[in-house]
Amino acid sequence: MKEENITTTDIISDENLVYKKTDLMTDKTLSYCPGCGHGTAHRIIMEVVEEMDMTEDTIGIAPVGCSVLAYEFMNIDMQQAAHGRAPALATGIKRTWPDKMIFTYQGDGDLAAIGTAETIHACNRGENFLIVFINNGIYGMTGGQMAPTTLPGMKSSTSPYGRDVKLMGNPLKITELVAELPGTYYVTRQAVHTPANVRKTKRAIKTAFKNQMENKGGLNFVEIVSNCNSGWKMSPVDANNWMVENMFPFYPLGDIKLDGEKVNKE
Amino acid sequence: MGELRLMKGNEAIGEAAIRAGVDAYFGYPITPQSEVIEYLTAEKPEERTGMVVLQAESEIAAINMVYGAAGSGKKVMTSSSSPGISLKMEGISYMAGAELPCVVLNVVRGGPGLGTIQPSQADYFQAVKGGGHGDYKMIVLAPASVQEMADFVQTGFDLAFKYKTPVMLLSDGVIGQMMEKVELNDAVPRWTEEEIVEKSSWATTGKKGRERNIITSLDLDPSSQEKHNQKLQAKYREIIEKEVRFEEFQCDDAEYLFIAYGSSSRIAQKAVKIACERGHKVGLLRPITLFPFPEKKIQQMIAQLKGILTLELSAGQMIEDVRLAVEGKIPVKHYGRMGGIIFTPAEIVEALEQKIIGG
Amino acid sequence: MAKVKGAIVIDVDKCKGCEVCVEACPTDVIGMADEVNIKGYHFAEVKNPEDCIGCANCAIVCPDGVITVYRKKVKA
Repeated sequence: MKEENITTTDIISDENLVYKKTDLMTDKTLSYCPGCGHGTAHRIIMEVVEEMDMTEDTIGIAPVGCSVLAYEFMNIDMQQAAHGRAPALATGIKRTWPDKMIFTYQGDGDLAAIGTAETIHACNRGENFLIVFINNGIYGMTGGQMAPTTLPGMKSSTSPYGRDVKLMGNPLKITELVAELPGTYYVTRQAVHTPANVRKTKRAIKTAFKNQMENKGGLNFVEIVSNCNSGWKMSPVDANNWMVENMFPFYPLGDIKLDGEKVNKE
Repeated sequence: MGELRLMKGNEAIGEAAIRAGVDAYFGYPITPQSEVIEYLTAEKPEERTGMVVLQAESEIAAINMVYGAAGSGKKVMTSSSSPGISLKMEGISYMAGAELPCVVLNVVRGGPGLGTIQPSQADYFQAVKGGGHGDYKMIVLAPASVQEMADFVQTGFDLAFKYKTPVMLLSDGVIGQMMEKVELNDAVPRWTEEEIVEKSSWATTGKKGRERNIITSLDLDPSSQEKHNQKLQAKYREIIEKEVRFEEFQCDDAEYLFIAYGSSSRIAQKAVKIACERGHKVGLLRPITLFPFPEKKIQQMIAQLKGILTLELSAGQMIEDVRLAVEGKIPVKHYGRMGGIIFTPAEIVEALEQKIIGG
Repeated sequence: MAKVKGAIVIDVDKCKGCEVCVEACPTDVIGMADEVNIKGYHFAEVKNPEDCIGCANCAIVCPDGVITVYRKKVKA
């Protein structure tokens, strides 16, 4: 067949399909702002659940925050937790249903402020589930207030002149912190703003679920540094660029702990 | 006939939980109820029945572990004492909203704040009126003996699963700490995974051969949130209709009535005897369920009564429910002690004579 | 020499016009429409269909999962 004879209509047919939104994402329109990384993060988790053939055995926990409605979009059994308590719910489920695949999906305020105790102790006990941590350095749902991960000098509605660390404290690198705990098995920091990063993050989530499935004896923790273009008051593309320039230097991407061993960054 | 043992109330709860086929206990130590988790960890229930016992990092974490496991259809319980129960209230409200079954034991101590480790009944309002935020109720059972501590575990779970609601066992430091003879039921096996999937088709047990299940207390649409609230209220009305439990003691020809629950009711029994010896016709009504409250029973007795004395180890909390039932038709007074002090039968009779008979 | 040709289908009513796909496309296939969809967003649309190689980069970064990708091997 000659190239010039091929039309778009010829290509658009089931046998040529290479990418389609997974059925494990419902058809509901996502409640997220344009360009928000939550949608991508949701989708790749569901793609992994589908590809690993564990739809019937996976239970997810939604947090309080922008992704409180994650259960509306992820087409699997889900529970919705009180603010910060997702790791406790996950502990309750995993301890009583050890063969189920459990993950929590939490933002920075949920995981690293109000839920710090639940996060640290689930990690330290070595609970065998996955925590997906979305870090966009701001409270998105309540309107862009300062988060535990807001960068020094970064503006938010409760640090309108920029985060003054002397007054407001320092941003918390909770991912590095949990990597220090003997109970974590796999700790990594990824992003979903480019195709390459999405692919890497998906591999990380797959690794995390595989570790859980094989009962590798420890908590799997995947941080996704993400954007909040509404909270940061930028266009989606500008927000992604700002994230690369400002968030990544403070929250560098890459594996922090692999197979229970800290990765040597030297 | 079950096995007879001499046990503390807190230990009896632990043993009864293992025998009732409870799947998990999540707790955090606090006086005067730490023996519950101590007993459970010593008994190795993971070997006896496969029951999970875990000491959480806080009462908040413990109740949320209960939420997670209950949301997945398991029989789960937690226990604490007053300050710890305050911390659990967030989780209890979420469980009421999400309609999840569980049993929560409160071995009440004196408050407010850190208060005292001595017994008290000052958490009645918190238990009976909701405690957390939102329009919700818990079924509240008030054990008055070590035997009832043990028995109410099963009763509590039966009610919790029947109505998909948290059930509180409102005990106190007296019942939790004292030793009595207790007859323990034979152990029943824990539910199998297949039984759970069948019994609790609403639970998140994995989306297998059905649509997904969602456990949540959130509904942002006002009209469906109102509908959900109306459904909860209808459930509470059904509970009020069907689940009132109480015990009467010499009520038939009583002219005066003591109303007391839990440990107070035991002291009140002795007070009834002393009062009778002094020529007063006194009976005792012991509410076993505090929600639902035996309102109708009280109303049926009003015609024969000259007055009611409520006896509580508090500033007077249950008295408000008694007054709501009585609607001002006869005098209702309160006698109580606070701060961990327990009244004597003689004090009660004196209060009866001064506040009701002489008043 | 084997070559691939691609095509994408955009669910324009679900597109929120974030333009992340435009950035991700290596062959400048996607642009933003002048008109708006039912949500009022300038949605993504295929501007240069002949350049699509079916790499799926656009679909992979699309937060709302509105892009479906097809690819066919053709001979040069």
